[in-house]
Amino acid sequence: MGHHDHAAMTMADTAGGDQALPGAETQPAGVAALSIAGISHSYGPRRALIDISFTVAPASFTALLGLNGAGKSTLFSLITRLFGIQTGQISIFGHDISREPGEALRLLGVVFQPRTLDLDLSLKQNLLYHAALHGISRREAAERSAELLARIGLSDRAASKVRDLSGGQMRRLEIARALLHRPRLLLLDEPTVGLDVKARADILTHVRQLVTEQGIGVLWATHLFDEITASDDLVVLHQGKMLARGRVPDVIAKAGGQDVHSAFMRLTQGAVTGGSES
Amino acid sequence: MTSTTITERPKGFSFSEYMTCLTGIVWREGLRFLHQRERFISALVRPLVWLFIFAAGFRQVLGISIIPPYETYILYEVYIAPGLMAMIQLFNGMQSSLSMVYDREMGNMRTLLVSPLPRGYLLFCKLLAGTAVSLLQVYAFLLIAWFWDIAPPTIGYLTVLPALILSGLMLGALGMLISSGIKQLENFAGVMNFVIFPMFFASSALYPLWRVQEGSPYLYYVCQANPFTHAVELIRFALYGKINWVSLAVVAGCTAVFMIGAILAYDPSRGLARRGPAGGET
Repeated sequence: MGHHDHAAMTMADTAGGDQALPGAETQPAGVAALSIAGISHSYGPRRALIDISFTVAPASFTALLGLNGAGKSTLFSLITRLFGIQTGQISIFGHDISREPGEALRLLGVVFQPRTLDLDLSLKQNLLYHAALHGISRREAAERSAELLARIGLSDRAASKVRDLSGGQMRRLEIARALLHRPRLLLLDEPTVGLDVKARADILTHVRQLVTEQGIGVLWATHLFDEITASDDLVVLHQGKMLARGRVPDVIAKAGGQDVHSAFMRLTQGAVTGGSES
Repeated sequence: MTSTTITERPKGFSFSEYMTCLTGIVWREGLRFLHQRERFISALVRPLVWLFIFAAGFRQVLGISIIPPYETYILYEVYIAPGLMAMIQLFNGMQSSLSMVYDREMGNMRTLLVSPLPRGYLLFCKLLAGTAVSLLQVYAFLLIAWFWDIAPPTIGYLTVLPALILSGLMLGALGMLISSGIKQLENFAGVMNFVIFPMFFASSALYPLWRVQEGSPYLYYVCQANPFTHAVELIRFALYGKINWVSLAVVAGCTAVFMIGAILAYDPSRGLARRGPAGGET
């Protein structure tokens, strides 16, 4: 998967200005936000991932498409170091996550599929806790939290318990939290699961803005075809194998389908009848 | 969010980043504890039941003897107070591990583990946070015990603090080591029975060891080898402004061993693999 012109331009624009982005200025041009190389993973005899390789460019939106059980969450657990890597290599902006975990994780923001907020703490407390885990001083953390809460439209709820939020609001808060330490790469593992149509659209719009406005590289795992647009990069994962990768139109053309859905069906050779939830 | 200028970051982490992380973890643990009032109350009721009921019935256990660090005859209530303080920490240590198992299942542990700081340090902070919570419980217990005429010298309230921190860390690390070995929440009840009760009863918490020796020399050796005995003795001496060097050495040594073991044994995939990818994504 190549480096795209629009992505390169966005990076040049942002990194060249006064408001340099963290990570960007220290990296040589063209380094991938995320690089997955030859990753395989097994749970005992069961092979969950088989020789996966792809990259996510800075300022790009990469959709990781796969049904439940395709291996998306395993891949996320490997990228976030919750599982040890068995075979292959993962690096974030050139930092190998096994050899330089600190530098790699600094540049990474994650929204896990299960909710990981403290329900009994307030929105602000949740954000401050996360900031502390990244060594961000209390004052700085308070400023950034206020800024992010305003951005997701939850400023007036700062002191409420997270328990009282709706599902969509919790997700927005989780995304805000993932951005607190100003990562350059954002991972989201099926972030719209269980949300209504409007909340889904809001979150998708928000994340796409992060890509265009802030140059963040996004890896968005999903099993919902309609979350993918033509300008995205696409990685198709099925039963632990990578079936396709590339720009969405290229993948569709190669598979000989009319849209992402039909392309996916062709790629998986109809083995998924009734398996899709979308 | 507007991006502000960030100067090139040096590799590694500064001391203040480490401290911010530590205080953040302790602060969150404290907040969580305050939200769980039942946990606080049960943490207090348990030792108080022993103090008010059990101790009243067993006053004769001590017999007539003066044992260090005490300089005079003491009531049985006074004798078991340090043992009960250690018991509070034992339960708290195990409960913290329970919360780590629970956290792990609820995904909160994921938030902790994606922090860029070294994983061993994060787990150490988690243990310190658990210890801090146990200190709140112990001092609350001491306050109530004071009204029950268990009044160590005033300076003792201060000198016992380092002993409590060390014993709290030891018991927390032990709990974490054990929790690394269990895969599911249900198994924890078994661990309580197989760890907490034997450790508590085969120790000097409830009866002085010379009494045990009279009854059973073998049990005496078991008690001597029990790290919990030394936690109790360390606290007992410190509460009276004294140091039991043997206990200090044993507790410090065990803390180091348990801590290193717990950090090495801690494998987040253990808790995640079951519900997560292997169990089928939801």
